[in-house]
Amino acid sequence: MIELTINGTTRQIDVEGDTPLLWVLRDTLGMTGTKYGCGIAQCGACSVLLDGQATRSCVTPVESAVGAQITTIEAIETLPVGKKVVAAWVGGEVPQCGYCQSGQVIAATALLQQTPKPTDEDIAAAMTNLCRCGTYNNIADAVRHAASAA
Amino acid sequence: MDGMIPPFARAAAGPRLSRRGLGAALGALVLGASLPRRMAHAEGAAPPPPGTRVSAFLEIHPDGRFRLLSPFVEGGQGIATTMAQIMGEELDVDPARFEVECAPPGLDYAVVDGMRMTGGSSSTRSSYAIMRRLGATARDMLLRAAATRWKVRPEQLVTENGQVLHRQSGRRLTYAALAGEAMALPPAETVRLRDPRTFRYIGKPFARLDMRDKSTGRAAYSIDTRVDGMLQAAVQHAPRIGAEAGDFLNEAEVRAMPGVHSIHRLKDAVAVVADSWWRARRAVETLKVDWKPGQGGLPEDFSSAGMLAALKAERGTGAVAEEKGDTEAALRGAAKVIEAEYDAPYLSHAQLEPPSALARFNADGTLDLWLPNQMPELFQGAAAQVAGLKPEEVRLHSPMLGGFFGRHFLYDFANPFQQAIQLAQAVQRPVKVIWSREEEFARDAVRPMGFTRFRAGLDANGMPVGLQAAVVGEGPIGRYFGAAMGNPPVDPSMVEGIVERPYAIPNRRIDCVRHPQPAVIAFWRSVGHSMNEFFYESFLDEIAAAGGKDPFALRMELLKDSPRQRDLLRAVGDLSGGWKRGPYEAEGGKRARGVALASAFNTEVATIAEVSIAEGEVQVHEVWVAIDPGSIVNPAIITNQVQSAVALGLSSSLLEEVVYEKGAPQARNFDAYPILNRTRMPRVRVRIIESGAPMGGIGEPGLPGVPPAVANAVAALTGQRVRSLPFSKTRFGAV
Repeated sequence: MIELTINGTTRQIDVEGDTPLLWVLRDTLGMTGTKYGCGIAQCGACSVLLDGQATRSCVTPVESAVGAQITTIEAIETLPVGKKVVAAWVGGEVPQCGYCQSGQVIAATALLQQTPKPTDEDIAAAMTNLCRCGTYNNIADAVRHAASAA
Repeated sequence: MDGMIPPFARAAAGPRLSRRGLGAALGALVLGASLPRRMAHAEGAAPPPPGTRVSAFLEIHPDGRFRLLSPFVEGGQGIATTMAQIMGEELDVDPARFEVECAPPGLDYAVVDGMRMTGGSSSTRSSYAIMRRLGATARDMLLRAAATRWKVRPEQLVTENGQVLHRQSGRRLTYAALAGEAMALPPAETVRLRDPRTFRYIGKPFARLDMRDKSTGRAAYSIDTRVDGMLQAAVQHAPRIGAEAGDFLNEAEVRAMPGVHSIHRLKDAVAVVADSWWRARRAVETLKVDWKPGQGGLPEDFSSAGMLAALKAERGTGAVAEEKGDTEAALRGAAKVIEAEYDAPYLSHAQLEPPSALARFNADGTLDLWLPNQMPELFQGAAAQVAGLKPEEVRLHSPMLGGFFGRHFLYDFANPFQQAIQLAQAVQRPVKVIWSREEEFARDAVRPMGFTRFRAGLDANGMPVGLQAAVVGEGPIGRYFGAAMGNPPVDPSMVEGIVERPYAIPNRRIDCVRHPQPAVIAFWRSVGHSMNEFFYESFLDEIAAAGGKDPFALRMELLKDSPRQRDLLRAVGDLSGGWKRGPYEAEGGKRARGVALASAFNTEVATIAEVSIAEGEVQVHEVWVAIDPGSIVNPAIITNQVQSAVALGLSSSLLEEVVYEKGAPQARNFDAYPILNRTRMPRVRVRIIESGAPMGGIGEPGLPGVPPAVANAVAALTGQRVRSLPFSKTRFGAV
């Protein structure tokens, strides 16, 4: 048994220890807000917060997440910064197909928790997730908007 | 060319498609058998024509919810919101109150000129009048129901955002309270539509309905679907299409892996069914298979390099796609003749949601099937064939798409639903198949490779007097609809973007030279336009250079008979702060600009790009787009679709190329098939112009002008003319 703390709740998981956290979330726990895109940490659709750090769960063995505070998109609005980010995403009408946006919101939340007033360089360095719809300009605008929101 | 709208569902005896009617993105017509026959042989009385039965599109629930059943699938293009805006305008309900879902298969939804699909940038323009009329018809029924209840004349009643009012008496009822009576009334033959001058929702930047769900992880895609008792499957495709699975060399080892339920041989693949997808994937990738060469499929020596060489060597004359004047004579008499060859590679769709399919057979023998698709009835028919059922025994669900760009039509070897159906039959449990990203890159159907050879003749003043082009290759319309169209010699999806250009070049001849490509080819955002405007508009800049003319000024002059395009070119010039080609100094470096026009899906587009060169690579800083779709529904959605089209146009032309060797694509993930990331995204400014021309498409037309605008800017900056995509193949010296 592996014990995980996900969105503030302790969960007992019976899987192989090297199973990627992504598939524990999606299959074992039915939390499908976190997306599978590439499986090799290229696209970032699977991003979750691990002790506040944006982490690509598709290459994170579940045993390595033991003891960490895991926050997924399902609970993002319980974080004050996450709530602001979601509001900026909705207000800025960022998503198109939306498939990458769970990961984008996670990445933006991690950035603004660590760097509340990011420069454009900070945004470029942190927001590396891929978006095939090309919503990058709206993403950058929304990050700036969330940073400026009181 | 892409006026679109194939009327294949009208023909009882099978599809019969006009060349004119077929320009746009359609699915593989494996369909033929299922859809038209089913539609033609509807039971009993003749069914109402598509797009007329209000209750098929609108449900007004007692709790006040408005459910709109859309003929189209939402995949990021904003069509759910657009449908709500149009319906809401005439029904007199705030579009924000609608829940929009993709409708199940059914004759009612064949609103794209007699058929149903989400593609070809056709959704809004095909259904605009239909959705308005449905909304107005429903509102009229609600008014009459209220009039009956209150014993007044309907003309004495008005509506106000979901309520009927009798002003004289102050009485009011919600639509929900009237819905039961209203929907039982016969619809009126004619209804009055709202005066466009009083529109509240149409033409406005109405907020998209799905933003919250998509920002909080609640939006559910095919890959997220689950049902009770479900098992999951992962596949290992044959190393090459055509190879067949022989012996399993370590079957016992794989069977003993955790969670494994069973191992299966399928056409073109082996599969492992397990209690979770990760366990299934682990197991199927552990399975060692003795793959045999097999029959057919992709030749073992097939390569993209060999394909390009074959296209270049093709010297057949083909068929005339467009002819005006005497081009041979014009070229003979020209003061100067120039020639150039252009090519573009195979491309993957690379939508971020990997394909999946969930199949569940029910106790009554029917099948429920969830899968990403752009043509529900087509997939319903195909699924029925696989399952040995009648189409109406297949309940097909079309969840929101995690991107599509032409990916989710029916292509050979490219869809997982057949695997899901066969596995569900084999294990007697519901089965969800997900393709790993690697398996998706291995089987995605590709944008065709393109090759075009140009010649142009210039007079002593440097003006083009003759233009000749041979377009060589194969397009998806010819591949999938050729037989249904009676095998016309010209494939419109090969030549669109090269024929019917707005320029006053007095003599021109465009030949369509068909040369089959073994790869499984696909529709890809803007289809032939995705490369043909790059070819044509780049060569037009070569003509300008040969004649000593500024490319913007030359286009202006050649557009003397095309006022709509001339206005648009002027508009994009203004939007960019006035045309300047450069090179010029900006932000500590040298930059230059290029311009291109595109005419696609009945929409006109003018594009200017600003570039620099950094470390030998093209950097695109700014893109300005003026777009004239005739008339519009939602300017905010259009602006975002143009942003998206610019991104995909740039991504493809800067970076993307599917390389085949030994009969198989080489790149299997985003590390080897890079797509545009945030650092390469330029600023994009959009101006929408409503010329009043018939409504054109939105999803695709913003793409074709981007690659040539960039190429022309690069040529202005470096003197280097890129004639082979992607740009990343070319290293540029310091400027």
